[in-house]
Amino acid sequence: MSLMTPEFKLISEWITPNSRVLDLGCGDGTLLEHLIDTYDVTGYGMELDPTKNIQAMQKGLNVIQGNLNNLDLEDYFDANSFDYVIMTQALQVVGRPDELLEDMLAIGKEIIITFPNFGHWRNRAQLLLKGRMPKTDTLPYQWFDTPNIHMCTFNDFETLCEDKDIEVVARTVVNTEHRTSFGMRLAPNWLGEVALYKLQRKSDT
Amino acid sequence: MTQELGIITPQVMSIESPLTLSSGSVLPRYDLTFETYGELNADASNALLICHALSGNHHVAGLDVDGKAGWWNSYIGSGKPIDTDQFFVVCSNNLGGCHGSTGPTTTNPETGKVYGPDFPMVTCKDWVNSQNELRKHLGIDQWAALIGGSMGGMQVLQWSINYPDKLRHALVIAAAPKLSAQNIAFNEVARRAIMTDPDFHEGRFIEHSTTPKQGLAQARMLGHLTYLSDDMMGSKFGRERRETDLKYSYDVEFQVESYLRYQGEKFATKQNFDANTYLLMTKALDYFDPAAEFNHDLTKTLSQATAKFLVVSFTTDWRFAPARSHEIVKALLDNDADVSYAEVTSEHGHDAFLLPNDHYMGIFRAYMKRVLHDSLTITTTSEAAK
Repeated sequence: MSLMTPEFKLISEWITPNSRVLDLGCGDGTLLEHLIDTYDVTGYGMELDPTKNIQAMQKGLNVIQGNLNNLDLEDYFDANSFDYVIMTQALQVVGRPDELLEDMLAIGKEIIITFPNFGHWRNRAQLLLKGRMPKTDTLPYQWFDTPNIHMCTFNDFETLCEDKDIEVVARTVVNTEHRTSFGMRLAPNWLGEVALYKLQRKSDT
Repeated sequence: MTQELGIITPQVMSIESPLTLSSGSVLPRYDLTFETYGELNADASNALLICHALSGNHHVAGLDVDGKAGWWNSYIGSGKPIDTDQFFVVCSNNLGGCHGSTGPTTTNPETGKVYGPDFPMVTCKDWVNSQNELRKHLGIDQWAALIGGSMGGMQVLQWSINYPDKLRHALVIAAAPKLSAQNIAFNEVARRAIMTDPDFHEGRFIEHSTTPKQGLAQARMLGHLTYLSDDMMGSKFGRERRETDLKYSYDVEFQVESYLRYQGEKFATKQNFDANTYLLMTKALDYFDPAAEFNHDLTKTLSQATAKFLVVSFTTDWRFAPARSHEIVKALLDNDADVSYAEVTSEHGHDAFLLPNDHYMGIFRAYMKRVLHDSLTITTTSEAAK
């Protein structure tokens, strides 16, 4: 069953109508369908999983089956061919998040990324007090069997952006219910569970 | 629930005006043999054309008079991925074929003798031009979709480039934008096998009341090899032998040899495939290169197309590997075209495009839903077939 999650609603608020969108790891296409129906965007979804591919195709979407780990996005798409390249909850599962970010920025004018915060206080507490790898609602996996191979904190991510001359255009930090709070705005890297980032190349580079 | 189509009677369209071919030769007249399944709706908006592969023909679904099922029967019928309750499905035997359409086995009206090697070379473009006459003949202004695998997929590409406004969707399966040197080389070996058979008689074997069976069988064995994957042959035959003890002879010892010989034999004798048709079809494949007319720029070539595309490839297909489909997808993406692409996991190599497969069928059903949606929403224009 496709569901418009609060995260998707927050992303939608960042999208300009009639823009051109690429949704990497589009799943069953819920977000892309919503953006097409509500904002008249055009574009493509990209998804590796065959079942999700079929589900997205049933929605009448243009879906390209591809593996983000061994696909050269720049080979498929020209520079700046999209207004937005979106990737939700997939940064931590790819082989080289840093390289993928570069690729996304090459083909999209702006990119929108969401990922879980490894620096959330619950994760820190589990490691500090129990000496065990964290297991939470956002990160429910065992360390030896997890798709999340490249976890980072919001601070780590922003350091990477800084090093790569990537500008953070907008950031929203929320909890798992996708609500924000005063505390999350004050100490996002402690209290935020999920972050939504809108990024672009720094204009002076 | 799916339902079988029953016995299908082929039909013939006769065109009595000359057709100028890509080679410059002129066919004074020609027939196209075709089959149809399902009903054409009132505004003729639900018609699909299926394009067949190298050794295929117009009998794609249902049963023929001998009770033989069509080559894609598992995909076409009531309740099947290509649903004949919703679509009017057409498939024609290519010009130059040997299953009813005018070809090397037809009598040349100018000489009164069978064409044989005198039948002019045909190209993918010629096929598309002749099929366009069939479109008019059937009163169809625009195909809801064109669907083809392998050589058929190339025909679909050609259609989308040459008659962009005559199709809404193009389903290009297990195809390539042109043949590679390796592809051409395989075709050439197949042709040499046929042409060096003592019974070939420079193509006039029908006049000599014989057929180059050995050559044709060898050509088929080679072709068949390129349709299978190494993995699949390994799991199907491995090094399995017919008998336990080695014979140290050139008789059939390994099961894979037996299988290949059987395939070759069946093709050359039981299926009675015409050797000249085989030669023609392989040449048409070799010549296929639509981008040649656009500075060898595939992006520019496909900028002609206005159809929406579904491109499908199979992981173990090495004849037209996924990378070849990527070329097509990339060119379509460069044009901001509506395109979907699926890379189906299958161990069956190139042959996979003909076989049942859950992912493949799921993709098909999902995409055909889109084709149906578009044909239902199309506004009925006053111009029926021109």
